[in-house]
Amino acid sequence: MLQRITGKTEVYLVGVLIVLSVVLFLLNPKFLTAENLFDVLRNNSFLGIVALGELVVLISGGIDVSFTAVATVAQYIMGVIITKYMVESVLLAFLIPIPIGIALGAFNAFLVNRTRVHPVIITISSLNVFYGFLMVVSKGKWIYGFPGPFRDFARLKVLTLISEKGVDYGLSIFTILWFLIAFATWVILRYLPIGRKIYALGGNSEAARRAGFDIFRIQLFVYCYIGFLSGIAGFVHAALNQMIQPNAIVGRELDVLAAAILGGASVFGGAGSPLGVVLGVLFIAFIKNGLILMKASAYWHQVIMGFIIVLAAALSAYQQNLERKRRGRI
Amino acid sequence: MQAPGTRPALLFEVTSVTEVLSLSHVTKRYGGVLALRDVDFTVLRGEVHGLVGENGSGKSTLVKIATGVVQPDPGAEIVVEGKRIPRLTPYLAFHLGIHVVHQDLSLFPNLSVAENIFAHEYIERNRRFVSWQDMEHRAGEVLNRIGVDLDPRATVGRLPFADQQLVAICRAIASEAKLIILDEPTASLTFREVQRLFGFIRELKSRGIAFVFISHRLDEVLEISDRVTVLRDGVKVGTFPKEELTKARLSFLMTGKEIATQSRTVPLDTRREILRVEHLTRRGEYVDVSFSLHEGEILGLIGPRGSGRTEVALTLFGLNPPDSGKIFLDGREVRFRSNRDAIRHGIGYVPENRLLQGLVLDQPVADNIVVTILDTLVERLGFLHPARKFSVAEKAVADFGIKAPAVDAPVRSLSGGNQQKVVLSRWILTAPRILILDTPTHGVDVAAKESIYEMILTLARDRGVGILLISDEEHEVLQVCHRILVMKEGRIIREYVPSAVTEEALRKEIVG
Repeated sequence: MLQRITGKTEVYLVGVLIVLSVVLFLLNPKFLTAENLFDVLRNNSFLGIVALGELVVLISGGIDVSFTAVATVAQYIMGVIITKYMVESVLLAFLIPIPIGIALGAFNAFLVNRTRVHPVIITISSLNVFYGFLMVVSKGKWIYGFPGPFRDFARLKVLTLISEKGVDYGLSIFTILWFLIAFATWVILRYLPIGRKIYALGGNSEAARRAGFDIFRIQLFVYCYIGFLSGIAGFVHAALNQMIQPNAIVGRELDVLAAAILGGASVFGGAGSPLGVVLGVLFIAFIKNGLILMKASAYWHQVIMGFIIVLAAALSAYQQNLERKRRGRI
Repeated sequence: MQAPGTRPALLFEVTSVTEVLSLSHVTKRYGGVLALRDVDFTVLRGEVHGLVGENGSGKSTLVKIATGVVQPDPGAEIVVEGKRIPRLTPYLAFHLGIHVVHQDLSLFPNLSVAENIFAHEYIERNRRFVSWQDMEHRAGEVLNRIGVDLDPRATVGRLPFADQQLVAICRAIASEAKLIILDEPTASLTFREVQRLFGFIRELKSRGIAFVFISHRLDEVLEISDRVTVLRDGVKVGTFPKEELTKARLSFLMTGKEIATQSRTVPLDTRREILRVEHLTRRGEYVDVSFSLHEGEILGLIGPRGSGRTEVALTLFGLNPPDSGKIFLDGREVRFRSNRDAIRHGIGYVPENRLLQGLVLDQPVADNIVVTILDTLVERLGFLHPARKFSVAEKAVADFGIKAPAVDAPVRSLSGGNQQKVVLSRWILTAPRILILDTPTHGVDVAAKESIYEMILTLARDRGVGILLISDEEHEVLQVCHRILVMKEGRIIREYVPSAVTEEALRKEIVG
């Protein structure tokens, strides 16, 4: 029945997305062009990838807000290396941020497990540590002028179409990467014992302990997983923008949390699905895109995002309350 | 050992194989406290073994030793199915087939029935992928084998508690349990659910699975157990076949005190009526309820759950307005618009769960006591006056005989009975004229019950409070009440004076 519940969230979201699309289309017909939609998918692949990591942490009953700093640190180190040594291999560039992300994730997991302090506190602190450290060392300098292959890679498309104006557009490699990661996350969560243990831990941590689960190993996995995805996302972000600013990503934590919670992840742990989170990211992406098409101020975006989070979290808490009441009637 | 003429098959069974678990010379000392002293405990194949004792008698320590959570002091011997186990760990106990179903069940509410049953398999190293089909199929088999009608794909958190409990039992069965320890399994079940649980226990028992049944409800212990072991103060009083036991004998063995069933109330010297209700009716809940309550009187209201007794109590407390009928206080008709009206008129109400859940366990005794009268303890600027708080609390502790190390000790450090007294005393501090107690002794042990009775009796005798005592237990109302009202299907069907009725007759009246 868990599948049925999450299924319900997803059906809701699809409905909401359709309504939202129609509204945006009526406001600006440009919204529903293939060109615009492919653009939205491409530009939000960074958000989409880290949101999947956040989902996994949330399911386990934890939370991570340091991933923006992790992604920044990982991409910055990559940027320094590839510009300094003019690394021509995109694959090699891709592989640099990943171990950095995993290592920083492991650092979080270790602190969460050993100190028993709430992970919000731990990861807010480590966000400041990672980011502050980076600013001290880098002095906030931007990195650009990447090697040629890195630039070409960012334009790779699986499907290429030509617009009326003669500009080519299509399904970006980064969108494909995002969806592949979503699929892999789904497989892990649904079909691997570690995935099921993550749900179990989020559902009842005391029962997980009594069942003999190694709690630290599960925590290590989830925080390293979001670290791993932050590393990949750092690469994607750098490739999309063709430059690295140390302050470009930090501050977007709320967008990611909103996407995960909208997609059915619970801040109390134990619930959520990758498909839901992909839809949650699309919801936020559509709103943002709509605001841009309407030429609204960027600050409106913040106002609306804040409201969406409160609304989504309140809705999910309300649902949980209903369920508890139903269960309580014995 | 065997009497001559016993069949050889039985002889074989009686030797090593029938003993699933045998603990001998078990002693456990925690610091200076002796939790268990030289206890022997043996569970046979296919038996239901009741384990009773008051809080602190050593039951939970014994369970922890049987499951490897706690190691006994040197000198003890643990034998599982004829094999001596030098050091029992939780992991080993699990693999030897010794399982506990805790009171909280330890289930994963967000996962399916099937997953909960097989969750332990996730820790096996050779598993690569989860096969849902296979898991749901095998879960269906386990459920079928026992005759539990549940959908393996249902989410556990959405099932009623009684069904969740069966899932926990199935989980034990699926991992080849030979002995299942049920810790207070019936504490939150209805009568019907208890009977269903007993049905499953009997079924599993007939297949050779042994149970240890821990409960405060002695009726149920006697109903389901083959033998009963009694612990008192860490010492084993004995193991008795069920046939040798009655409820009275069992509680005597547990407490060392004969529990009186004769009335303990003092006769009322005045007959001043403080509450009278006439023809109260609320559709679907109760019909034509009339009775009166006098100063210093304890009035028992007994009847099965769902008979309307709690609904009447809520009406008297202003929370459940009647469709028709009248309520009189001191001869004057009153109409309560809310429970605040009722409280203003001096009516106190302690709901059933309040007694167990109303405490903040980590807060000091004093804070827990004064919480109902905070308004009277504040200074001019609205700050709490600490000295006054402590003096009020100290007086309450002395008056009600609460055994606490200090008034600023956390409530958690008190025994169950004394925690109950804390809850009662906070209501008494509001100086009610009428106190409604909804099953105040539900789920507490014999000693705690005793101290609650003592408080109720004192309150009525010395302060003249009129008490409406809603109860599940016949011997309780017979001991503590001046008069007894029997309620059934929304009506008060009989009124008794305790001296005029026996426990048996009263029970028949209620059940029959």
